[in-house]
Amino acid sequence: MQPEKSMAPALAVTVLVSVGRHPLTGRRRRADRDARGVELACSAPGAKVSLLHAGVLDEASEAALRDYLGMGFEALTLIEQAPGADVLPALAERLEAAAPQLVIAGERAEQGEGSGLLPYLLAERLGWPLVNGLAAVEGVEDGIATLLQALPRGQRRRLRVRLPAILTVDAAAPAARQSAFGPARRGRLEVAEAPVVEDPALAEWQMVPARKRPKRLKIVKAASARERFKAAAAKAEGGGGQVLADATPEQGAEAILKLLREEGVLTR
Amino acid sequence: MTEIRRRDPRREWVARNRLHPEHASVLAALGDIGGRGAASEWLGPQGVVRRNPHAVGFIGPNGVRRIDRSGAQQGGEAPGGTRQAVKDDRRRVEIPEPAFLVAVVPDMAGGRLSGHDKDLLGLARRLADADPERPGAVLAVIFGQHKGEGGGEMKEQAFGEAGIDRVLHLEDDAYAGFAPEARLAALSAVEREWAPRHWLLPDSPLGGADLGRRLAARLGERPATGVWQLEADAGSPLGWRCTARGAAESLDILRPLPRVALALAECAEPVDETRHAAEPLALGSELPALLSRVEDLGQVAVDPAGVALAEAEFILSGGNGVKDWDGFHHAARMLGATEGASRVAVDDGHMARDRQVGATGTWVTARVYLAVGISGAIQHLQGIQGCDKVVAINMDSGCDMIKRADLAVIGDSAPVLEALVALVEQAREEKRDAA
Repeated sequence: MQPEKSMAPALAVTVLVSVGRHPLTGRRRRADRDARGVELACSAPGAKVSLLHAGVLDEASEAALRDYLGMGFEALTLIEQAPGADVLPALAERLEAAAPQLVIAGERAEQGEGSGLLPYLLAERLGWPLVNGLAAVEGVEDGIATLLQALPRGQRRRLRVRLPAILTVDAAAPAARQSAFGPARRGRLEVAEAPVVEDPALAEWQMVPARKRPKRLKIVKAASARERFKAAAAKAEGGGGQVLADATPEQGAEAILKLLREEGVLTR
Repeated sequence: MTEIRRRDPRREWVARNRLHPEHASVLAALGDIGGRGAASEWLGPQGVVRRNPHAVGFIGPNGVRRIDRSGAQQGGEAPGGTRQAVKDDRRRVEIPEPAFLVAVVPDMAGGRLSGHDKDLLGLARRLADADPERPGAVLAVIFGQHKGEGGGEMKEQAFGEAGIDRVLHLEDDAYAGFAPEARLAALSAVEREWAPRHWLLPDSPLGGADLGRRLAARLGERPATGVWQLEADAGSPLGWRCTARGAAESLDILRPLPRVALALAECAEPVDETRHAAEPLALGSELPALLSRVEDLGQVAVDPAGVALAEAEFILSGGNGVKDWDGFHHAARMLGATEGASRVAVDDGHMARDRQVGATGTWVTARVYLAVGISGAIQHLQGIQGCDKVVAINMDSGCDMIKRADLAVIGDSAPVLEALVALVEQAREEKRDAA
């Protein structure tokens, strides 16, 4: 879909997309992480992106899947599966046959079990390396991709991974582009057949709407009333901090610098 | 010894007379007869208990008599005595021959057991101690360095207090950074050697979520992810049922506990009543060197101004006491800190509204929070509850921020910041010269 400017052979990227669920209304939509994955794939240099989905084909999910087509795609491959089926074998066979260089998936599904296990099982089955928490694809050269991995606290880590590889997308990846209505209507859903593998364990589990988790109480183990009172009346204080009252600015700065070094927040 | 009690009228008279110079010593002597160190109560000659209300209680730190009627404080603390060291009354537990093992792989973010790790170890203890006849042992697999409270004995103690019976400490450069393949190989070796009954990992973005899923895929187990509740259930294969979050936090899945479980924070209470042995273990066989297909090129320097305030690691926050705002911004740039501000600084237009820290602004979780010229209104202190270390620079030595701070410098903020920037620049020059 992207105009290919480079001379290098196109990089075949498959994005696994799923049907998401709006957190407030519960309506079907394009899944947020998957859409970010599509955006990442489109922005990778020299990428030839194809979309793949395995699941149920009905009216609601079709509308959601067309949101991905509206991001500028002509077609989306849909492997039709029964509700509650195990989509892993169908996807693995499809990817083995198509042999893309990169497979990008969202971190977790927004519906069903949502365990985020599918990319790991695919990687184990195909024997490909997996990188989680992707924030950007910086470049691909000679079958080695340079990636930026998102870490907690807004930090980033640069990785090099040998292709083919599976990548999962973090929330820190660039936000997905808007879905355009016209291309979404015109795009094709290419339905492929695959044998359906039942998932008996999932059917046995009991699924209920999420309960609010109990808030942890501050439990005070005090033997005497005095200790209990002190614990209840205590203000949130660090307590026992070091105070430099009559220090010159230089001495104060040195003490602060020592603490910063100990905590390791001074980089470079 | 005769049962007849002899009276000493003079001593009794002295004991009644508070103003008598020998009053205190006589009271003490009467108390000794009663068999107690305190003289607040003694048996009189007719077998009646006599009380001395003036000897009850103890002299508090401000020189005022305090009476504690809960019974914990029995009258006779030595006046002006030093506070006794808190007695460690935790039960020591050793499990020499465990019936089974519960393997835990804590995150050890920053080389310390995080709160999430401790909760997870509490959960592991619940699994291990379910049957008091046949207790299991908790095995912790630790990658990389442990920075807790020094090395050696203290390290074992920190692990033991968190509820760990056995420690497998793998310290090697191969496990540093992003090395899922090496870590997975080590965990597979643990599985081969000891075959733990349960595997518990934190479902956290610090690495536990990733490693746990890899491990489950390698072991061919279907893990429970986002576990937050556990209850005994005889009908399940392992004897436990769990409640797990699914579908983007919108579903609770009730299912039998599988061998591999990834648990959320606050899944159980951390261990605090027992101390465990934390015996070191070692792998029997050397791990084969493996060719990694993922190469870690290290962390990338990110622009601190672009990091969201809520998740910034190091925040330089300015308040009403800052007069030289150009110097403040310069210091933030030089230190590589994310900028924050108190409400007053934002209201006065010195900083943008999205930089406000506190109850009405952002709740921050920085590791180091450097508060410059902030007196510490309660709303601001609420906002920095999640910070590890707080450093304050302030003119007023009595303000609340100084009380909260781990390190406080009393003085004008501008020269201190200038000196700090000069020191950092100097250190950087030296580094450049050395390189």
